[in-house]
Amino acid sequence: MAEGADLGERLRTGDLSAAPAVLNLVENRSPAARSETAQLLAAVSPSALGHEPPAQVVGVTGPPGVGKSSLLSRLVSEWRARRRSVAVLAVDPSSRRSGGSLLGDRARIEVDPADREVYIRSTAVGDRLGGLAPATRAAASALAAAFDVVVIETVGVGQSETEVADVADTVAVVVQPGSGDVLQFLKSGIMEIPDVLVVTKADLGRPAMRALADLRAALRSLGAREIPVIAVSSIPPPTGICELVDTLDAHRAALDLPARRLRARRLHALADFSAEYGDRGVRALGGRRAAERWLEQQDPGLDVAELERTLAAQASRNS
Amino acid sequence: MMRTYAGHSDARRSNELYRGNLAKGQTGLSVAFDLPTQTGYDPDHELARGEVGKVGVSIADLDDMRTLLDGIPLDQMNTSMTINATAAWLLALYIVTAEAQGVTENELQGTTQNDILKEYLSRGTYAFPPGPSMRLIADTIAYTVEHVPKWNPINICSYHLQEAGATPVQEIAYAMSNAIAVLDAVSERVDEGLMGAVFGRISFFVNAGVRFIEEHAKLRAMAVLWDELGLERYGVQDERHRRFRYGVQVNSLGLTEAQPENNAYRIALEALAVTLGRSVRARAVQLPAWNEALGLPRPWDQQWSLRLQQILAYETDLLDYPDIFEGSKVMEGLVAELLDGAREEMKRVQELGGAVEAVDYMKAALVESHRARINRIESGELVVVGVNRYTETAPSPLTADGEGGILVVDPEVEAERRAALEEWRSRRDQAAVDAALAELARAARDDSENIMFATIAAARAGATTGEWAQTLRSEFGGYRAPTGVGDAASVPSEELAELRDEVERVSESLGRRLKILVGKPGLDGHSNGAEQIAVRARDVGMDVVYQGIRLTPAEIATSAAQEGVHVVGLSILSGSHAQLIPSVIEALGEAGAGEVPVIVGGIIPDADAVRLRAAGVAAVYTPKDFDLNRIMHEIVELVAERQRVQAGVRA
Repeated sequence: MAEGADLGERLRTGDLSAAPAVLNLVENRSPAARSETAQLLAAVSPSALGHEPPAQVVGVTGPPGVGKSSLLSRLVSEWRARRRSVAVLAVDPSSRRSGGSLLGDRARIEVDPADREVYIRSTAVGDRLGGLAPATRAAASALAAAFDVVVIETVGVGQSETEVADVADTVAVVVQPGSGDVLQFLKSGIMEIPDVLVVTKADLGRPAMRALADLRAALRSLGAREIPVIAVSSIPPPTGICELVDTLDAHRAALDLPARRLRARRLHALADFSAEYGDRGVRALGGRRAAERWLEQQDPGLDVAELERTLAAQASRNS
Repeated sequence: MMRTYAGHSDARRSNELYRGNLAKGQTGLSVAFDLPTQTGYDPDHELARGEVGKVGVSIADLDDMRTLLDGIPLDQMNTSMTINATAAWLLALYIVTAEAQGVTENELQGTTQNDILKEYLSRGTYAFPPGPSMRLIADTIAYTVEHVPKWNPINICSYHLQEAGATPVQEIAYAMSNAIAVLDAVSERVDEGLMGAVFGRISFFVNAGVRFIEEHAKLRAMAVLWDELGLERYGVQDERHRRFRYGVQVNSLGLTEAQPENNAYRIALEALAVTLGRSVRARAVQLPAWNEALGLPRPWDQQWSLRLQQILAYETDLLDYPDIFEGSKVMEGLVAELLDGAREEMKRVQELGGAVEAVDYMKAALVESHRARINRIESGELVVVGVNRYTETAPSPLTADGEGGILVVDPEVEAERRAALEEWRSRRDQAAVDAALAELARAARDDSENIMFATIAAARAGATTGEWAQTLRSEFGGYRAPTGVGDAASVPSEELAELRDEVERVSESLGRRLKILVGKPGLDGHSNGAEQIAVRARDVGMDVVYQGIRLTPAEIATSAAQEGVHVVGLSILSGSHAQLIPSVIEALGEAGAGEVPVIVGGIIPDADAVRLRAAGVAAVYTPKDFDLNRIMHEIVELVAERQRVQAGVRA
């Protein structure tokens, strides 16, 4: 079967209806499907396209209960109002039990079911705590060839925004008024500084304004005063959404996109490699940091599957 | 007071039914509304499809309310309306209808259920988010205390909590916590001096299960807590205001589809729970019909239930004695035990910030209790005669006729209702309606105003149920209640080990985890079944997409296609399966997921099951299929067969 190449071709021509089949493929862990996935990713790689996949890849993350899903509902409708197609990859926080999971996330994102230019897919978190599902990186790179906006939604503070930052062009961390832990995480360095900070529930008035001021003060003390902090309210009448979309656009426009995407592909290859070969494989590369440094010296034109193969070859030379 | 919960199709047919029941000796009205009316949609709205006139009467405008109550003297009637999210609106229609009969609002007697928290927790007919919903409740209470003094503006329902799986302790604690949330909200909107009267107008609607001794103790415990609450939290000095007043509908959850005639006995025993002890005797009793688990009861079935009440009241010596449990050590012990448990649980809810804030917590606790209950039925620890023991039976003559002994609503009703609505819209003063709705929107924005005034004005001007609700939805925003399934515990793993292996093997062959979408199309909010299927599917290792209630066929189909599920499970209990299931199947085809097999669960008569299978449904499950593991096994086999992989059961 040439399923991967076919899907790649459909995405290249902007066929959004390929999305479900793309996700079914990249989630499939069978050897045959994985080689098809490699074909798919090769078909939408910059060397095949002649440019980076054009989508804006946005990571949206934050602690549970801060209103990420309501925010996403508003963001999606704002993007749609600007005539951009949107794919949302919701990495659902519900923990796996006995292998199974309950995916409730899409329930909270309101969209028009007749709108063919919005795609939502939920995936359970991987076995690792806070990790991206293995398929999410592949899905994001593939869908970025066809959709205008690809959103990766994850839950948590600390580990998760770091992983999303590996994949996304722009990471927005969402917090609600009174969540002091985020402030602490920022100050203590547990949490990396996001590209954009969003404070929800602006309708609360004073507590929201206070949270805004606290975050700005914290960012100043960390020497990061240029990081935008935006207050939004998702309940009617929604506020701040337009400004947030503009801010995400501004960050994307100022970005060295090829460099960020190149880094994403390399980290994607490393994640796939470590899923396949485990800790032992990563040790053979001299540890994670050494592997990252080694990857930085490889040919920027390699796609994810090629990078993973060079990692495997390097590991076997070392062991 | 004796009444039967009744109403179906349109106002004219329901009016005939009411007049018939009153002639048979019924002493009040209990109006059942259809789901579109309860959730604030007109009969021509997309979500109303298949639901119009199904579980109750469709009331879209003033004309409908006038027809419904035609020839029934409202100054002498005590009318109970099972209406919640749209209670303010239906009360307004009732008040305006009475006016036309020459009856002023201060003469009106009756009850609006008007309890929103249990809609989020169990019944599902909410329309607006919690904050604005609590304001609507507070406004109706504040309005009636002054203008309709004989009206019970709210019936705090513990009934539906038990239906959702609540233990007696949970039923008591959550109902009392709910009452606290309502009273706190009202206290901000009325003069302090009126709080005694407000407290006195609050009544309860409780459940009575078949363990009738414990259930009776539950009612005594509630009376104690209510008195305490009035005195201590709200400083209500007048003892009469602190009296625990309640109506009751006995348990439906325990009524079985298998050997349904046994339900007649269950109902009789359950009725004893609320009538035995005089000090906490119910003020109004509603008994369900023996065949409620099969479908909509016919007039004869309702008559049979009414006769049971009449036998209890007039043939037995039940009403001849003072409280027969006074001084009983056993009863005192039971009450004390329930009080301890309930106080602890109430404290927990208060610590979470009160009942409104604790909806997620309470919902998860109920799903968990229900899961435990199902587990006990499956294991045989909880005996249900005719279901998991003594299942052999001779054919029942009661269900022998063609339609299986239930009432079938004329499918023409929906089209008739749409036409009537169009006619109403064409002959009303549109400018007056627009102005009234604009005024309603303005009042909604101004939190200091009582929204009842603008609501009554809109009713008078000729607005429709859907227009009233849509105006408020625009102001307040929509809402989706928590599903509660995420936190439910897993069943002990040994029981499921074999099934998990099966799911693993099939998932392995598929290359990715077996994924199921559990959906509830239409307006039916009874989500127990869907929730339990979702939780069990997770426990056996499937990835489960569950989006909660009230989904259109298009939404379900889009989700199924986008999520790449291997199978779709649909649950419907409102009787609208005949219309909605084929719509979902059609929508799946349009969304490019036509090959995904569909299974259906719900209150589905045999004849309908045959039709559904002919329409492409792979399997139909009804309440008698209580063995969830068997259902899971069949789902795995179905997916394996459709995907042409080995189910992997022993070769």
